[in-house]
Amino acid sequence: MPNHRPLRLSRRQIIRSILATTAFGAVTKLNTGCAPSSNSSDTSSANGSGNVAVGFIYVGPKDDFGYNQAHAEGAQAMATVPGVKIIEQASVPETAAVLETMRSMIEIDGATVLFPTSFGYFDPYILELAVEFPDVQFFHAGGLYQEEVHPDNVGSYFGYIDEAQYIAGIVAGHMSQTSKLGFVAAKPIPQVLRNINSFTLGAKSVNPEITTQVIFTGDWALPVKEAEATNSLADQGIDVVTCHVDSPKVVMETAEKRDVFSSGYHANQAPLAPKGYLTGAEWDWASTYTSLGKAFVQGKTLMNGGIDHVLRGGLAEKFCKLSPYGSAVNDAAKADAEAAKAKLLKGGLVIYQGELKDNKGNVILAAGEKYEQQNLALESMDWLIEGVKGNIDG
Amino acid sequence: MAAESLGLWGIPLGILAGTLRGSAPFLFVSLGECLTEKSGKINLGLEGVLLMGAMSAYGVSYLSQDLVGDFWAPWLGVLAAGFSGMALGTIHGWVAQQPRVNDVATGIAMITLGSGLAFFFGKPFIQPQAPQLMTFDWGAWSSSPQVQAALKVSPLFLLGVAIAPLLYAFFRSTRWGLSIRAVGDSPQAARAMGISIFKVRLFSIMAGSFLAGIGGACLSLYYPGVWTERISSGQGLMAVALVIFAQWNPIQCLWASLLFGGAQAIGPTFQSVGIDSYYYLFNAAPYILTLIIMIITCSPQRTLSGSPGALGKSDHT
Repeated sequence: MPNHRPLRLSRRQIIRSILATTAFGAVTKLNTGCAPSSNSSDTSSANGSGNVAVGFIYVGPKDDFGYNQAHAEGAQAMATVPGVKIIEQASVPETAAVLETMRSMIEIDGATVLFPTSFGYFDPYILELAVEFPDVQFFHAGGLYQEEVHPDNVGSYFGYIDEAQYIAGIVAGHMSQTSKLGFVAAKPIPQVLRNINSFTLGAKSVNPEITTQVIFTGDWALPVKEAEATNSLADQGIDVVTCHVDSPKVVMETAEKRDVFSSGYHANQAPLAPKGYLTGAEWDWASTYTSLGKAFVQGKTLMNGGIDHVLRGGLAEKFCKLSPYGSAVNDAAKADAEAAKAKLLKGGLVIYQGELKDNKGNVILAAGEKYEQQNLALESMDWLIEGVKGNIDG
Repeated sequence: MAAESLGLWGIPLGILAGTLRGSAPFLFVSLGECLTEKSGKINLGLEGVLLMGAMSAYGVSYLSQDLVGDFWAPWLGVLAAGFSGMALGTIHGWVAQQPRVNDVATGIAMITLGSGLAFFFGKPFIQPQAPQLMTFDWGAWSSSPQVQAALKVSPLFLLGVAIAPLLYAFFRSTRWGLSIRAVGDSPQAARAMGISIFKVRLFSIMAGSFLAGIGGACLSLYYPGVWTERISSGQGLMAVALVIFAQWNPIQCLWASLLFGGAQAIGPTFQSVGIDSYYYLFNAAPYILTLIIMIITCSPQRTLSGSPGALGKSDHT
């Protein structure tokens, strides 16, 4: 007998829908990879000494052998400062998702300082929330901050990691037998171009014949494209490969499989390429983050002038460092690299000095001119120097 | 260590190598989806299955290397990938066949579930290196290291190439294949023949997900050979679109997968030889290809030939 009873839910249907809702909830929870390091969420006031909640947001996983791992290691160092409590969230895309993450860190976890570490978080997401929450400090890793234009509670910090790239370039220039280096890059933005240029200048300082072939993959994490790019570089007789992508793991492993040398980036990738790893340019955020953490506890902020809006530093200020030399590196390369490093540490070496031409023949710096490391012109770089094969307008 | 430059010869070689290296995941997922859709249900969740397969293959290979050695560990990983895919497929196969449940919606839920589980369980495997699958070195005859590298062929790729005609023959000339086609084309007729629609569809979805899981193993154990959360970059979804383009024919799935695998290599290869304009366009080649194919094959005047009759229809059985 057919029984049509509208609006009557059977017990089975109710159980089913409860299960479905739970499953959905569980999945969204898993998917965001939210990992608060502390559960207490007492909202302390921003300016007093005592507990400061600091939020860190990463674009990928925290142990990716790359950009995010470098920041996460720094965050752990900051967490050891008494009075600092850190909140972390990994794998947040550069979309409106980061707005939600920042908002919930501020409103639910009581964060008064945020470190949204990925480049693409800045505009428009950080700028939007910075206006909405004028008491919260936002620190962005990158050169997008402009004084006078952007809100007072936004600061910018970044390391002159191209100093380390310059030295890695010297080692690469020594070790390359074909005088051809390869660079797997994500996007043609100023930081990436600066690394490419400094790496090439370092290599050219020991071997003027050197060229660097660049391949832009188009995004920060595209494992298949990165492997494909490394393979096609090796096909062209390139024998040292380095990269600027979020996780250099694929590039290093592929280079090792193809028997070419590799030079690391972001973190130490030596275990991934025991034969071919030469050296690498690594971040050293622990010291920067620790001193910032101490400043927060003392009540210093961007708004009261206790913290500079633009924090920059290189090898000397411990913003970056070099990986230990790999077993393949010969003594001549080590000697030249150490000499350049000593000069950089003393401030006696300017990487960008005339005469310097871009790879289209335009003069960037006339003879006798130079860009000191702090020069903001370097942070809006839109050229590739002579010797780099590649094109920044896609 | 030093190798001669190939110059412009790098383009065909690079695309050929990219095809051999990169098409296996497309191939396995599209064959799996082809099998699933032939039975009249669609499984969009294969993107999640692909990630789950990649993660479990990598994890099992890493964890079992001390037990079974570096040669067999990745093969255990491949099996694990297949079975983890099958487990997800079982959920989809059961849920999607409940009354008034839409299989497209379930599929999207399965993408979230599969990727969520893979990301959750995969966290400890992002950093370590797992033993990789062996490859056949067909390039040993050549003195050029480029050719040698290009002709390192994965046994999984060969397996996929072998499965395509087998699946074709299975649909064409076996009783089981006929049952699947009958269920997919006309469930009522199949029911009249005494075939259990539920069981046939569940089997097809499970077997299809098994194949897609192996596709994930290709990603993490062969090329590019790592486990990261961004490993699939949408390949699972593209492979589903590819089945429509291949008109539900396993042999054409093979050609389509080769095309898509090769298209991934276009952007990097062109830049490496100095053709460096329009690289965003070249990098987008697979997606543009999908669009063009969809426009060519989808005409409002006619339905797609080869489309299973019951696909996308809700059946009140």
